[in-house]
Amino acid sequence: MRPRKAKKIVFKSAEEMPLMICSVGHQTHNLTGAWRNIRPEIDLERCIKCGICWKFCPEPSIDVVDEWPVIDYDYCKGCGICAEECPTKCIAMVEERK
Amino acid sequence: MRKVIMGNHALSYGAMLARSQVISAYPITPQTQVVELLSEMCADGTLDAQFIKVESEHSAMASCIGASVAGARAFTATSAQGLALMHEMLHWAAGGRHPIVMGNINRAMAPGWSIWTDQNDSLSQRDTGWMQFYCSSNQEVVDTVIQAFKVAETLMIPAMVILDAFALSHTYEVVDVPDQALVDRYLPPFKPSIKLTPADPRAFGGLTGAEHYMELRYKLQKDMEKAPALIEETGREFGKVFGRELGLVDPYLCGDAEFVFVTSGTAGFTARVAVDELRAAGVKAGNLRIKVFRPFPFDRVREVLGKVKKAAVVDRNCSYGAGGIFYQEVKSAVYGRPGMPPLIGYVAGLGGRDITTAQFKEVAADAMAKAKAEEEIVWIGVKK
Amino acid sequence: MSPEAKKEKKFALTLPAEELMACGHLACQGCGATLAMRYMLKALGQKTVLCIPACCWAVIDGPYPYSSLDVPIYHCAFETAASTATGVKAGLEATGDTETTVVAWAGDGGTFDIGIQALSGAAERNDDIIYVCYDNEAYMNTGIQRSSATPYGAWTTTTPVKHFKNRPKKDIVAILAAHRIPYIATASVSHPEDFVKKMKKAKDIRGTRFFHVYAPCPTGWKSRPEDTIKLARMAVQNGYFPLYEIEDGEKTTVNLKLKERKPVEDFLRLQGRFRHLKPAEVAAVQAEVDARWERLMRSCAG
Ligand SMILES: Cc1ncc(C[n+]2csc(CCOP(=O)(O)OP(=O)(O)O)c2C)c(N)n1
Ligand code: SF4
Ligand code: SF4
Ligand SMILES: [Mg+2]
Repeated sequence: MRPRKAKKIVFKSAEEMPLMICSVGHQTHNLTGAWRNIRPEIDLERCIKCGICWKFCPEPSIDVVDEWPVIDYDYCKGCGICAEECPTKCIAMVEERK
Repeated sequence: MRKVIMGNHALSYGAMLARSQVISAYPITPQTQVVELLSEMCADGTLDAQFIKVESEHSAMASCIGASVAGARAFTATSAQGLALMHEMLHWAAGGRHPIVMGNINRAMAPGWSIWTDQNDSLSQRDTGWMQFYCSSNQEVVDTVIQAFKVAETLMIPAMVILDAFALSHTYEVVDVPDQALVDRYLPPFKPSIKLTPADPRAFGGLTGAEHYMELRYKLQKDMEKAPALIEETGREFGKVFGRELGLVDPYLCGDAEFVFVTSGTAGFTARVAVDELRAAGVKAGNLRIKVFRPFPFDRVREVLGKVKKAAVVDRNCSYGAGGIFYQEVKSAVYGRPGMPPLIGYVAGLGGRDITTAQFKEVAADAMAKAKAEEEIVWIGVKK
Repeated sequence: MSPEAKKEKKFALTLPAEELMACGHLACQGCGATLAMRYMLKALGQKTVLCIPACCWAVIDGPYPYSSLDVPIYHCAFETAASTATGVKAGLEATGDTETTVVAWAGDGGTFDIGIQALSGAAERNDDIIYVCYDNEAYMNTGIQRSSATPYGAWTTTTPVKHFKNRPKKDIVAILAAHRIPYIATASVSHPEDFVKKMKKAKDIRGTRFFHVYAPCPTGWKSRPEDTIKLARMAVQNGYFPLYEIEDGEKTTVNLKLKERKPVEDFLRLQGRFRHLKPAEVAAVQAEVDARWERLMRSCAG
């Protein structure tokens, strides 16, 4: 299975590269959380576990941990879809603390 | 088994004996019989292959690439306009390292619709990274298709087997069609180490930055550099199994020659007749037919030319603004080397015009009368 | 609900849990095309091969030597999604793999425009592939140029405001239906359950199957990234992008029946690419949507 955070791949020589132009690693090395200007914060008190935020996250950077939605800030790009679609409006988009 | 077959059917037999698994092609004169016979072979079970009747040559090459990367041995055939339409995909096949084998019937490019022979179609694909084998007999066509798969799959570089329109494609010759069991011994099944499969999910050919692209192309060039030796080695092995050796070049009476023609394709055959006649008249002539154009057989060309006093390169093609394309290549092979003869370039037989033995003798007379190499290209048989 | 009861409650998953698309990919924030991929892979599972031509997805997956998908991908030439997929399918069959689903995954430019010949060829032969066109209504990869999927009225970098696109969007579904292929469906990223259901259905059909998926593009539509789902939903609900399927080129079924259709104006106003439209032009868009809807209703009835 794909590693959660893959390593960056560095080829030291042409010989190390496979003959065919093909991937040998996972794009998860790229922590897209750095793109974010605003961050979603879930108020679990008001969360009804409807699964909508998980369903519509394009990364997908919302995991289900112990039956709760948990945002993986390493990758969340801060698009705001989860907050927009949440039926109870329990996800707030707040200024990113950088 | 000896059979009288046309050059196009020689391609079909080659593809069948190589046990091509996917064939994808689109008809064009003068290639049609290649795919017609292959369709029949697939229909009657002689050949167990998937035949995709695509809607264009571009799609033919695209689907051959798909089949090849999925691990299947893929074959196609085309000519002229069809080959030109494939151009983008030819880069794709070579750059992606997909060892497809393709027959190309040399036909002149339009406009001025012409179905007759001329090498500008395949030579325009010179820099795509394909190997190019120019044949001069139907026997050589069958044999070369089988060898081409072996070389292509060893190096993971695609190969074109090329024959002249009509002069070969539609000419019937006696061909010793190799025995399937022997072909199977010579050419093992295609088993690439990496392929497109859910069992080993990889992305092929993705966005490649400047930090990687050059190494990938360097690898292609390095593997191309291995091709001449491999072609000779597999050619000798072919000789052991089938009794006919296949090489990079086909020298005819070059050993003691003072003057040689450098030729390719069926013109190379006509040149031999001219050589015989010149020898009968006391001229120590020879003919160096270049069979493999990519990779270019630099060493073999130098070996022959290093021993002669003068050479005439006769091209059935023209790179407008520069001249005959084989001529350019041969010049680059001898450049800066001591002991090389002056070279004179001739363009003849474009658009299917015959190149006769008389014309070869005319070339010989002209070349031998010239003291040194000349920039100017001599056009043979043209009404100026 | 008591805190305990809530703790016990399961998190609702209305889609398959399997995630074959991973984080780290290069899509813009709020990209609809990316969601479309995520949903399709949930429906098809790992035994899937993708052929992706030049389009945003050629970039989204990540550069060499990486990939963000757990299924194999062949990045093919722009106009060859269908023909490459056909070849892959033949190659897999020839080497004994008859199970893997082969998908051509292309943008609207690669489908409506440059790739339509190869697509038509594959569809006419009824090659055993699923062709998915994710439609963001322009050439986004090259910087938002018009395609024949760009709708009437839209701004793109080649249809500037003063010369906005004045021809309607090509009816790609009708073109495919004319090929009499076994299955065609439209889908929208706002309705993933419907998309997954139809994709699963398609998986079990043999022959050419075609999906037209509505995939909002905040970058190209000049919309807010958080509005991606909202826009896709509005397009479905106002009849701008109806959800339906066509079997054997004949039998049309509307998947989401609409009692009343909302006006398209609200939908247009959320997108910068339509900002310049005057009331008469908005009315023209509405008239076109109405006419299309009527046609669809007639084809269902017939
Ligand atoms: C033969 C060829 N012509 C042009 C291009 C440049 N090109 C790459 S992607 C693209 C537009 C893709 O548009 P679309 O299919 O709608 O996908 P999107 O980028 O919108 O996802 C173009 C024009 C190309 N790669 N190949
Ligand atoms: S803000 Fe966007 S990327 Fe981040 S968790 Fe929400 S939906 Fe996913
Ligand atoms: S330009 Fe549009 S389609 Fe392309 S990645 Fe960005 S949001 Fe997605
Ligand atoms: Mg597009």
